[in-house]
Amino acid sequence: MFPGLIYADEISPRFVSMNIVVCVKQIPDPAAPQSLEPSHNLNRTGKLILDEADTYGVEMALQLVDAAGTGEVTVVSMGSAADLSGVRNALAMGAAKAIIISDDALRGTDALGTAKVLAAAIRRVNPDLVIAATESSDGYTGTTPVQVAELLGLPSITFAKSVTIDGSTVKVARQTEAGYDDVTSPLPCLVTVTAGVVEPRYASFKGIMAAKSKPVEQLTAADLGLSAETGSAGARQHIVAVVTAEAREAGDIHVDEGDGADKIVAFLDSIKVL
Amino acid sequence: MTINNIWVVVEPSNGALTTTSLELLTHARSLSSNVAAITWGGDGAALAAQAGDYGAATLHDTGSLNNSLPGAPVAAAIAGLIASAGAPDAILIPTSYDGRDIAGRLSARLDRPVLTNITGLNNEGGLVSEHPIFGGTQIVKAAFTAEGPGIYVIRAKSFVAESAGGAAASVNTIAVGDTGATATATITSSHAEERTGPKLEEAAVVVSGGRGLGEAANYQLISDIAKLLNGAAGASRAIVDAGWVPYSHQVGQTGKTVKPTVYIACGISGATQHMVGMKGSKNIVAINKDPDAPIFQIADFGIVGDVHKVLPALIAALQARG
Repeated sequence: MFPGLIYADEISPRFVSMNIVVCVKQIPDPAAPQSLEPSHNLNRTGKLILDEADTYGVEMALQLVDAAGTGEVTVVSMGSAADLSGVRNALAMGAAKAIIISDDALRGTDALGTAKVLAAAIRRVNPDLVIAATESSDGYTGTTPVQVAELLGLPSITFAKSVTIDGSTVKVARQTEAGYDDVTSPLPCLVTVTAGVVEPRYASFKGIMAAKSKPVEQLTAADLGLSAETGSAGARQHIVAVVTAEAREAGDIHVDEGDGADKIVAFLDSIKVL
Repeated sequence: MTINNIWVVVEPSNGALTTTSLELLTHARSLSSNVAAITWGGDGAALAAQAGDYGAATLHDTGSLNNSLPGAPVAAAIAGLIASAGAPDAILIPTSYDGRDIAGRLSARLDRPVLTNITGLNNEGGLVSEHPIFGGTQIVKAAFTAEGPGIYVIRAKSFVAESAGGAAASVNTIAVGDTGATATATITSSHAEERTGPKLEEAAVVVSGGRGLGEAANYQLISDIAKLLNGAAGASRAIVDAGWVPYSHQVGQTGKTVKPTVYIACGISGATQHMVGMKGSKNIVAINKDPDAPIFQIADFGIVGDVHKVLPALIAALQARG
């Protein structure tokens, strides 16, 4: 160590610029009835919203940039650009700009194809940190973020329940079967966050107004130099059939008239649990 | 179609293989007579007996990963094994924190697609996987159309683990190889949550609470009933997201899958995401004040009532039984 020189890890994190990409997905409202199209793709014709699972990542990113002092949050999304209200919601929360990759040729793209598209878009931003949800609330594949990390040659820490940046290191409390592990990695890195990592803010009126003029860059697969490997043709897996699951028969339902607890005890007796 | 060979990623936990790993080994040997297992962490010699008992002839072992998160190095080791030994027809991976990391990394490394959230896998002239959707009301059957290996990520409790009584697997050490900057995430310390009573996934009785409890303090009612029934306490995603209880209690698509003798859902409406994690329970009891709650459609026994009245009465009744 040479006196007088300031090493990178001695600089207060307050003055380190932190650029973060958050992968987000616009999904059909999970509260609305869901259906499959004849092609077996999820019907996405209704209103699209920002996946609630992604709001935690957007909030986490905003807080980390705020703690760093400088930097910005870019949201990256693949999907229809016909309805951008979900992406605008992330901008209204405070993200600086958005990149949306929208292309009819991308219909039916599988998880790995999606990861290739997202990785190509993220490469253009060259961020310090990439944040994603552990999985989307519509498809639940749950592998796309790690596939993105591998394609970008980045380390990844999944299932974060807390995230802090210390200089050029990211520190994560990672959910485990038994509890949690403290995990660290040098930046750049990809982190997936669980719901509850932070409390997402509601967009303010000012934020909503500001979001209307924030840049949203629209790209096609071809813009990213991708085509053959994306879309349903490149999916390399297909749905053989969709069948109705064996339904459970509705059982014995009683309205509680002060005897509900006794009735439950009697039922537990009848199945020999007591 | 004959399935020539299957590799199963088996996950070490405290010197033994996880139950899901044993379920996958058991199912793999019903699909193919040639099953190998892949593990990591430095306990290979100790795990070989268990892997063999459940049907693996060989246990490929990376050895200690020096506290690296397993996703990147184990995927790299599997890719290396494929390069040297050829690809198997299928690679089965447990749906777990580390299993999902390995699957994603391996898929991108091999440039092969991955199928996840699988609850069934059968040879129907080729491997066809089953995936529950829309709260388990429909099953999607899927297959790979490209050359192997097919990467299948399978949910816990999809199959029943049964010992085959096989001899210990022969241990083959495999190299991790080059991981570039991808394997730099390192575990610096581990923390276990305190738990009393049986594990959620293994309990014969699971008592779960949802938003209908009204506030976090009322989760104590769930814990008390679980204790009285010698069961485990579970939770819906809504109250985990709200921070009332830790994620480790969550039952559902993004949480744990449980199949107890009886599942008691208290103040849980029955969102799709929850039902997938518990509809395989042998008996389902629901308590909810809304008679139209979807949970009643799958309950064997239901009480339409206020959990704030029914649960304290249930505690008193169970205490009276001693």
